[in-house]
Amino acid sequence: MSENPTRSIEPSYLKYKGRYGGIFAWIFSTDHKRIGLLYLWSIMTFFIVGAILGLLMKMELISPGKNIMGPQTYNGFFTLHGIIMIFLIVIPGLPAVFGNFFLPIMIGAKDVAFPRLNLTSWWLYMFGALVVLTSQFTGGGPPDTGWTFYAPYSFQTPTNMLPAVTGAFILGFSSILTGLNFIVTIHRMRAPGMGWFKMPLFPWSLYATGWIQLIATPIVGVTLLMIIAERTLNIGFFDPSLGGDPILYQHLFWIYSHPAVYIMILPAMGAISEIIPTFARKTIFGYKAIIASTVAIAFVGYFVWGHHMFTSGMSGVALYTFSILTFLVAIPSAIKVFNWVSTMHKASINLQTPFYWAVSFIFVFMIGGFSGLVLGALATNVHLHDTHFVVAHFHFIVFGGTGFAFLGAMHYWFPKVFGRKYDAGWANIGWLTFFIGFITLYGPMFYLGIAGMPRRYYDYVEVFHGGNIISSFGSIILIAGIAIVITNLVKSAISGEKADQNPWGGITLEWKVPSPPPLENFDEIPHVTRGPYDYS
Amino acid sequence: MENNGKHHIVPYKTHITVLLGLIILTALSVAVTSIELGPLTVTVALLLATAKALLVLIYFMHLRFDNIIYSIMVAFVMFSIISIIVITFLDYLFR
Repeated sequence: MSENPTRSIEPSYLKYKGRYGGIFAWIFSTDHKRIGLLYLWSIMTFFIVGAILGLLMKMELISPGKNIMGPQTYNGFFTLHGIIMIFLIVIPGLPAVFGNFFLPIMIGAKDVAFPRLNLTSWWLYMFGALVVLTSQFTGGGPPDTGWTFYAPYSFQTPTNMLPAVTGAFILGFSSILTGLNFIVTIHRMRAPGMGWFKMPLFPWSLYATGWIQLIATPIVGVTLLMIIAERTLNIGFFDPSLGGDPILYQHLFWIYSHPAVYIMILPAMGAISEIIPTFARKTIFGYKAIIASTVAIAFVGYFVWGHHMFTSGMSGVALYTFSILTFLVAIPSAIKVFNWVSTMHKASINLQTPFYWAVSFIFVFMIGGFSGLVLGALATNVHLHDTHFVVAHFHFIVFGGTGFAFLGAMHYWFPKVFGRKYDAGWANIGWLTFFIGFITLYGPMFYLGIAGMPRRYYDYVEVFHGGNIISSFGSIILIAGIAIVITNLVKSAISGEKADQNPWGGITLEWKVPSPPPLENFDEIPHVTRGPYDYS
Repeated sequence: MENNGKHHIVPYKTHITVLLGLIILTALSVAVTSIELGPLTVTVALLLATAKALLVLIYFMHLRFDNIIYSIMVAFVMFSIISIIVITFLDYLFR
């Protein structure tokens, strides 16, 4: 890109002394990098809680009958697991952590367009999380509706729904503001010479994601308000006895929550599109095709929400339309996979941990994607709806896709973020354990679902025992993998070997600033003359 | 606004005309509820609301005087929302 790398004598963003000291230097910092790390630590904390909830559910399912919890606790557990994992982790996930940290650096800016709004987003995120978690300890007990808050149950259940729904509403604002901030930053703050088609693919994915956050999130906000109004004022939006329509809730909920899947996966794909060319040491295959597919996924992704509702009683016309549109999304997704694989073709690949995460991302994402087509077909959906097949599918996409990409991005950008190297041996062991655990945990769920095991039950009949034993053991392996990865990264961040400015030989702008970067990233804003992956 | 670096000043007359337009459209959207339009009720309500929103966007929010890119963005968002509503009604109208 820029021909003149910048070397800074400024202190790094980690050491910079601002107006406040101690923890206040972080929680009141408007520096995009510190905010990125605030999100990282918050998300990691919530993730550990969510993962432990998941592990406990798998322990309950290790054999039929009641093992460690009864039905009501189990219902509370999967609801909280879902809320934490979806609203607190994968939706903010890559944009909030790596988007905040790297978007300005990758486009050659000193910060995002609205730094204070950026800090407000984190505060809203924490406030929303606090409100959501309050629901666990107050009122009528933990919510038991599942993370989807389906009507009419969500306005009838005696459990503590209002804080959970209000918290999700507040979290939505955090997401909207982050999306808005990124869109404006990308439009207004690209370095001189960086035209739209000289911008790296991770910022491109954040741009598409920003639009989804901006347009789709208000719809769920309004929907959650409608639930609150329904519960408190008996208005009758969704209650059939008051003339409402419960399916209207499902429409409104999924109009947001399906595009939300693309909020999760698009930045993940963006990160993978950064990792692969760097380790393949080659320009990315079909740069413009990847951009087009990113925008196409973001756009078509708005119109496929109905495939969550194939058995809810929609009209036939709606069923066919949503099924066809769902199949259409597979096309841009496949374009990306072909592009990544073609980038690796005949490349001299530098095998490092981030690359392992990236290729395993492609593997699990494809399994998740193909199983999505099975669910998108009307006939098979009737058989598989609300079975463990669905659970397996969305864990392959959401956890497999976002999780693998997040950890890949974490290892890839780790030297830049902390200025230190991670222990490569333990990183590889962590990845392998994680990967084996992941497949062992979620793989058998496809079989269990096809065999007819329904989701969201703490108990099952004996015929499903075998698959559940394998799956539950997989969860232990996966947790071990997560523990190895997190311990290794935390330890390396504190006492790892010092990293160079550009340990992987990357050529996007973040590799041209010191590791860790100084407060304002660049001494002098770079002038971009070459394409982002021009290795020639 | 940012094209030429100076603020555009909208005359009071325009503001008042737009305000009157908004009031008339509001009255109309209330009045129209007395007519039984069947499935078109929602369509009419949404069309009137859209007309009002457009007036606010174009004049009060200065879309008319801004860079064309903002109008394109708003048009794109409008198109998305309209598509979402149309697709939702593929369920309701064909049940």
